[in-house]
Amino acid sequence: MATTQAGIAPRPDQAGVTPLLEVENLQVEFRTRDGVAKAVNGVSYTLHEGETLAVLGESGSGKSVTAQAIMGILDSPPGFVTGGAVRFRGQDLLALPDDERRAYRGRSISMIFQDALSALNPVFPVGWQIAEMFRVHEGLSKKDAKQRAVELMEQVRIPAARERAGDYPHQFSGGMRQRIMIAMAIALDPDVLIADEPTTALDVTVQAQIMQLLADLQRERNMGLILITHDLGVVADVADKIEVMYSGRIMEQAPVHDIYAAPAHPYTKGLLESIPRVDLKGQELSAIKGLPPNLTNIPAGCEFRPRCPYARDICKEQRPPLAEVVPGRFSACHFAQEVLEGDIEPAQQ
Amino acid sequence: MTSNPPSSDVVLEVDDLVKHFPLTTGVVVKRQVGAVKAVDGVSLQLRRGETLGIVGESGCGKSTLAKLLMRLEEPTSGKALFKGQNIYDLKGRALRELRRNIQIVFQDPYSSLNPRMTVGDIIGEPFDIHPEVAPRGQRRKRVQELLDVVGLNPEHINRYPHQFSGGQRQRIGIARGLALRPEIIICDEPVSALDVSVQAQVVNLLESLQDEFGLSYIFIAHDLSVVRHISDRVAVMYLGRIVETGTDAQIYERPTHPYTQALLSAVPVPDPSVRGQRQQIILTGDVPSPANPPSGCRFRTRCWKATDKCAEEDPALTVRPGSDHESACHYAAVREDVVVQH
Repeated sequence: MATTQAGIAPRPDQAGVTPLLEVENLQVEFRTRDGVAKAVNGVSYTLHEGETLAVLGESGSGKSVTAQAIMGILDSPPGFVTGGAVRFRGQDLLALPDDERRAYRGRSISMIFQDALSALNPVFPVGWQIAEMFRVHEGLSKKDAKQRAVELMEQVRIPAARERAGDYPHQFSGGMRQRIMIAMAIALDPDVLIADEPTTALDVTVQAQIMQLLADLQRERNMGLILITHDLGVVADVADKIEVMYSGRIMEQAPVHDIYAAPAHPYTKGLLESIPRVDLKGQELSAIKGLPPNLTNIPAGCEFRPRCPYARDICKEQRPPLAEVVPGRFSACHFAQEVLEGDIEPAQQ
Repeated sequence: MTSNPPSSDVVLEVDDLVKHFPLTTGVVVKRQVGAVKAVDGVSLQLRRGETLGIVGESGCGKSTLAKLLMRLEEPTSGKALFKGQNIYDLKGRALRELRRNIQIVFQDPYSSLNPRMTVGDIIGEPFDIHPEVAPRGQRRKRVQELLDVVGLNPEHINRYPHQFSGGQRQRIGIARGLALRPEIIICDEPVSALDVSVQAQVVNLLESLQDEFGLSYIFIAHDLSVVRHISDRVAVMYLGRIVETGTDAQIYERPTHPYTQALLSAVPVPDPSVRGQRQQIILTGDVPSPANPPSGCRFRTRCWKATDKCAEEDPALTVRPGSDHESACHYAAVREDVVVQH
């Protein structure tokens, strides 16, 4: 799709440095009985060492599918990567045969998931599962691997780690299970950690513990962190830069402070305005009208047009490319400049 | 206080409600070895047209409380007076009348709607049990009115739940809750399964329905900002007890209980410019088991203020000097550095 190519030019802030991870024009589709669902339509982003990139989007926006494609754990069929590149330190992972790609998984890029209970194997002790990383990838003996597993459990601050290594996943609380998954993910000292909704299933006080742990680990190891979430609060707390995804495409890309201060895309603006705020108590929340589009039948023109208060005729005809609005900020909107400056009136209904 | 102060007449008064689930051993001869103290002495009042928010983490007993108030569970002890009558004494016709008046909206709009029933049948089902509300001939019309009220197309009456999105399904659940024209609706995490952009739509709907029908809500949620937006008063629960209660401003701006303070400080603020500006209290450990709660104050095992007194003496939920609302802490004191105005 030609319109999605824009905005991939090297970012001015990091020009010349080979990024840790570079996703370029990634396309993923799911071939189902109901038709072809275009889940990811030309997503590009880069991640540098020690950087936290937040991928923000609602369910069905393609944020998790992008991560699965990067990891190479997409269920295929029905999912197929139909185009683009995923480069780790310059090496295109999508071009590698399966067995070579396997070496990158866990060691270079690893991932933690939302639901730790279903991501862990219920019939093996957690210590055994963490130790598996060392037995399989590093060929350690059972005893040495177990010892390393206990050390890792201590690093993720599980109390009484040695005694608890023999326990099974169901014997841990949600927060502790998430720590175990983090321990597995960092076992081989990866350069990139992808966290897919790591705290969505957790209570706020536990969420704070886990986010703190992730931030500490990232700092100690200088990892690149991709945080996939729908929570605008979590993003504001930890991210360096944000990709806002909608309908399989990046709608806006900007440093975190800029985006919260002044969004340059009507969708981002709508999301930020729909958060309940103290000064708006007693008033109606400004909701985004309507629903996200069906991915098997994405509307022509701008994907967000049917829900956009500012939509004009041009939005029906042309899909806006992700283009630079001001240095370092990208938005896929025909009226990005006007939205950024607050200089646009809602369209006549 | 809030922009529309609730009138003072109390529709629901809960007094020292307790629910213990027995823990038993043995297969043939069962022996009780303990009890999970899910709700352990909760008292609260709900006034007409008011929203009472209940916040707390998983396992604090807020959903058990909802079930007790619906009388889906029988309490171990305690009372709940609906317009002066204890709901746990009611039988037969009076109980049916009560069930009409207290309805619930569930968290998960996917599992709470029967996939084999049409939307018309789901919303109309309450009329089968309470035929006096809508005579047989008028049901279809009444269901279509309800669909219209919650913002769905009345022509979709013959569709099935899977043909709707999450937000629309939650609207169907709300329409079902409204069908019998109840006075109280208990909303058990009604927006937590929804996407951010859709959450606001449902919150707006709940608020406008409240104004239109004079409903009282008990709004149970773990999202503190949504609770603040919709609630007139807020109760914070921890391990089966209410630890602090007050108006939304009292709880959110001048919290006095350490648990409330920790909870508020843990909520991420959607504004990167305040990063690092507020004190974040990271609680250590997990919530203790409600089968074996700590002696004295239940929060003391995770509290930075705990002393010997806390282990011995259970702090009462009462107004202490230096604050203007009820808090169950011996050392209740206002702490403002955990709160950020945003």
